[in-house]
Amino acid sequence: MISYAECPARERLARLFDAGSFHEWLPPAERVSSPHLAQLGVPKSFDDGVAVGRARLDGRPVFVAAQEGGFMGGGVGEVHGAKLVGMLRRALRDRPDAVLLLADSGGVRLHEANAGLIAVSEVMRAVLDVRAAGIPVIVLIGSANGCFGGMGIVARCTDFVVMSDVGRLAMSGPEVIEASHGVEEFDARDRALVWRTTGGKHRWLSGDCDLLVEDDVAAFRAAALAALDQRRPMTLEALEAEHALLSERLNRLPEGLDGDEEAITLWRSLGIAEPARVPDLDVDGVRALRAA
Amino acid sequence: MDWNTLATRLFGEGHGIAAEGDFLQGTVSFDGTPLTVVGTTNHAPIGVKVALAQARVVLDTMAQHPGRPILLLIDTQGQQLRRRDELLGINRAMAHLGMCIDQARRRGHRVIGLVYDQALSGGFITSGLIADACYALPEAEIRVMRIPAMARVTKLAPELLEALSQSNPVFAPGVANYVAMGGVRALWEGDLAAALREALAHTPTEDRRALDGAERGGRRLAAPVAQRVLDAA
Repeated sequence: MISYAECPARERLARLFDAGSFHEWLPPAERVSSPHLAQLGVPKSFDDGVAVGRARLDGRPVFVAAQEGGFMGGGVGEVHGAKLVGMLRRALRDRPDAVLLLADSGGVRLHEANAGLIAVSEVMRAVLDVRAAGIPVIVLIGSANGCFGGMGIVARCTDFVVMSDVGRLAMSGPEVIEASHGVEEFDARDRALVWRTTGGKHRWLSGDCDLLVEDDVAAFRAAALAALDQRRPMTLEALEAEHALLSERLNRLPEGLDGDEEAITLWRSLGIAEPARVPDLDVDGVRALRAA
Repeated sequence: MDWNTLATRLFGEGHGIAAEGDFLQGTVSFDGTPLTVVGTTNHAPIGVKVALAQARVVLDTMAQHPGRPILLLIDTQGQQLRRRDELLGINRAMAHLGMCIDQARRRGHRVIGLVYDQALSGGFITSGLIADACYALPEAEIRVMRIPAMARVTKLAPELLEALSQSNPVFAPGVANYVAMGGVRALWEGDLAAALREALAHTPTEDRRALDGAERGGRRLAAPVAQRVLDAA
């Protein structure tokens, strides 16, 4: 078992796809990096924190992007975003069987905030273009940085979300919420609270991810294979169903609960028996809860 | 600009837009044609509830009035920064709002965004930034995050960030920078109704923002880097 969370981006690419099949566009040797970091005294990276290219998954052609959380938390800047958009537009042209996003990102790279914000919105539109053309977009979330901010929105704009129990998917990071509204609102150092609020188990129980897997590269590969032909239709009916689900969830959860009871109250209302046990269960145990 | 002043300048007295708390909604008549207006005011934080309220209006417009143009009026302090909203999957609600707007575009609705006061991050990315194009009033402000929170996340000194926000276009909150980067198509000045008329008639439906950013010199690498990926061996 090899931890997906502990692999850097290129190792994930090497181990997830068929051996030797990943072919990178604009690899580090081409030195395509951010023009904005030097003035902040921040070192740049020759891939701007993302590798994009084509690969094979069990022989089938796919396009892929892997964000490198080790560089600026996987933040999306001008160049990083443009590489994602270029890969997605190329998918529209060349029609691979699917596009996979190996998300590892805190969202917009604040060091080039304005350019990053626009870039993430361009990624969103490009993802939806690819889906509208009938090519599924799959996102894998299981890194130490998780998938936050604009990338958390992008993830939910895809067809299929795979997470591990150590993965996190959300909008604002706990640190940002704590900095804005105080430690009483969200204690960013309370790891159990952070995972109950944003972690893979919670996202699985609430249906925000489609598959929950162990923190294991082989498990992610199997999940990606299972997801290859999964499409979430973009129709008015599908949007109405999503709207009903989200409205119902909002009405289920009373306001004013504290951090110790909030997630457990929501899980109970979703029909989970003995919700207080969830944090102690292993992945198989949590998976069984939703199937039941 | 106050939303009601804006609405009156665009659509005249008795424009038909109403505020319910921070939420704006209405059907207006513009040049004799009905138009859906949806948005927020009072620098609204966009939580799950407000995102869903906006999505509802877009869904109803698609179902009941195929092809009717939609104007998004944007004034937000960004996404709601609350633990409860995170637990409820605010990112999923935001994505839903963005996908409703995107779907409206694909079904032939013109969708125009207008930042009339302020726009921040999550509240902007699933409204104006996913419209056919976004416009702004000259006095509006667009930014990603307030400086104290930014300093905490980036571990850069607040003084350095404050200085950059005065001078650096990729950092500074002014709308002119967003125009230069292509994120805002143009500023609306003078006759606002004429500006809306022009936008409804001539806004492109494809995403031109990277090309605009390159032509205007505010975001020089986005378009050529994407093109290099397309051309790579």
